[in-house]
Amino acid sequence: MGRGLTREARQGLMTLSPALVFALLLLAVPLLTIVLFSFWTQNFLDIDRTFTLANYQEALTDPLYRALMMRSLRISASVTAVTVVLAFPIAYFISFHVRPERKALWLFLITIPFWTSYLIRIFLWRVILAYDGPINGTLVELGMIEEPLSWILYNANAVVITLAHAFAPFAILPIFVSLEKIDRSLLEAAKDLGEGAVMTFCRVTLPLAMPGVLAAVLIVSIPTVGDYVTPRLVGGSGGTMIANMIYVQIFDLSNRPMGATLAVVAMLTVTITLAWAILHVRFWVHLSDRVGGGIVGLALAGVAAAVDIGILYWLFVPRVELFGWELPFGGQMVAWEFAGGAQLFGAAGSLGLMAAIMTGGAIAIAVFLPKGRWGI
Amino acid sequence: MRIRPLGVFAVLYLVFLYAPIILLPIFAFNDGTVIAFPLRGFTFEWFAELATIPALHEATLNSLIIAVSVAVLATCLGLFAARAATRYEFPLKGGIMGFIMLPLVLPEVIVAISLLVVLMQLGIETSVFTIILGHTLLCMPFAIAILQGSFAGLDRSLEEAAVDLGETRAGAFRLVILPLVSPGIGASLLICFIISLDEFIIAFFLSGNEPTLPVYLWGQLRFPARLPVVMALGTILVVLSIVLLVVADGVRRRGLRRVGAETSGGMV
Repeated sequence: MGRGLTREARQGLMTLSPALVFALLLLAVPLLTIVLFSFWTQNFLDIDRTFTLANYQEALTDPLYRALMMRSLRISASVTAVTVVLAFPIAYFISFHVRPERKALWLFLITIPFWTSYLIRIFLWRVILAYDGPINGTLVELGMIEEPLSWILYNANAVVITLAHAFAPFAILPIFVSLEKIDRSLLEAAKDLGEGAVMTFCRVTLPLAMPGVLAAVLIVSIPTVGDYVTPRLVGGSGGTMIANMIYVQIFDLSNRPMGATLAVVAMLTVTITLAWAILHVRFWVHLSDRVGGGIVGLALAGVAAAVDIGILYWLFVPRVELFGWELPFGGQMVAWEFAGGAQLFGAAGSLGLMAAIMTGGAIAIAVFLPKGRWGI
Repeated sequence: MRIRPLGVFAVLYLVFLYAPIILLPIFAFNDGTVIAFPLRGFTFEWFAELATIPALHEATLNSLIIAVSVAVLATCLGLFAARAATRYEFPLKGGIMGFIMLPLVLPEVIVAISLLVVLMQLGIETSVFTIILGHTLLCMPFAIAILQGSFAGLDRSLEEAAVDLGETRAGAFRLVILPLVSPGIGASLLICFIISLDEFIIAFFLSGNEPTLPVYLWGQLRFPARLPVVMALGTILVVLSIVLLVVADGVRRRGLRRVGAETSGGMV
């Protein structure tokens, strides 16, 4: 505690210290340890403590790890999209249509399922989605389908449905809080100035609710990337995710350094992807506002988004085909050469370059563009 | 009353949210060994069988020991943190509080393996004790969030009045602040208890040969013949959770009313 601190600051830090020390010992130290482990290697029963990037090279180039990582990201993105899109109308309904004295009851109703046994809830989704389960049974009974649907269990879809259920309250609550904060007189003002209901929603309510939506996106997408139980119970082989591989590395193969590396890679991937997405949304909204919004703004933002996503896609896939015509050079080849070819990091280098471009772009936006009216 | 599309959607959404919980007791009382429709008959057999499994009793005892310890530990630590966050200003406050709240968003697998790697490296055997540490880390943010709500509603002049009237700082905290936030403490204890009782990933990674209830359940899910018993156990757990939640919410609400705050808003 430096002498530069005021009496109040000293008192505050003293009061906080038990919780802070606990979190440092049980969170910061372990997290730093797995980062350290990721630079070591497993040598039969011992840990070889010489610094090496071999784990990272393997984690980024092995097709199995790459496939699992991409699938985890894809599933997490789908879960986030489904959860937030379904949660928004519910939060809106509770905030705008439910009488004030009934709001607490509605929120309570929504949070109850979340507090009941996690394992059992997921297991029951397996029962619900099963080949002979209630959904298929009802649909066949009603004559809507002839044969039970097989695409709803033991694959990525089942994981998305189950996780969308598990994370529902995490999306509803932050959106509800931001909707509650909206000054209702703003909506009346928009109406008085001649805006229709739809335009008022798009131009007043939605932008003001964006901080809540953003919180919902973060709080759903980060934990779902690392989910272990759901893929194991309902995912089958097509729904396995990176957390399952981390478990296998640590317990079945007792390769702790590789498990640690995969964990670090997973966290870095999520962080970079989210930072990229959030800051690019800021950029697109900014572009749209620059030209005065409306249809023109929307089109400009759409083009910018397409270009940004296109660049990433080009960097990631070995070759790109557009309307049956193959581009003369794939992004990964260029990146490969740029990263020093096979002598240095090879394919891992191209991913590194991609990460660098994503991070660099995100930092540039963060530095040069102010927070927009979406609060992000 | 006019039927609004949004209202219909909200009701359908509740059905989606409650679907698993509604099915649970149906299968727990179903007189058939297969967890599927059609249902057979009504039975208490599966509940009766619960009483005859020693491994289950051991796991339940472990879970209770862990949940009670975690509730107390996390609430105590949370009390300090919530007090610091609401009463004092200090440098890097946002960053430090963000770091303490990190387990709320971090994937549990990451928390679990990093703890496990450290424990293995230090040569500490995983046990009930290590699960308590892991769960406390996980529950602390929830405790802080609940307690911050209680502390935020306090009028600072109450404490100052006590000090002016000759109480020490510690005395004022004990005699004035603590009674006012006691409903928050109660709610925090209950919520941490529920979270710890239900937590699986950290317990699974750190349990060694002392399984908790969810770890025991996980082992049983592999055996189809054991499933009806699992459903019965699940039903009991769900009922227990709901009862505790209603109590926790009631306690929290009474506390908020006492400090004159609004009572709308959710648990988290």
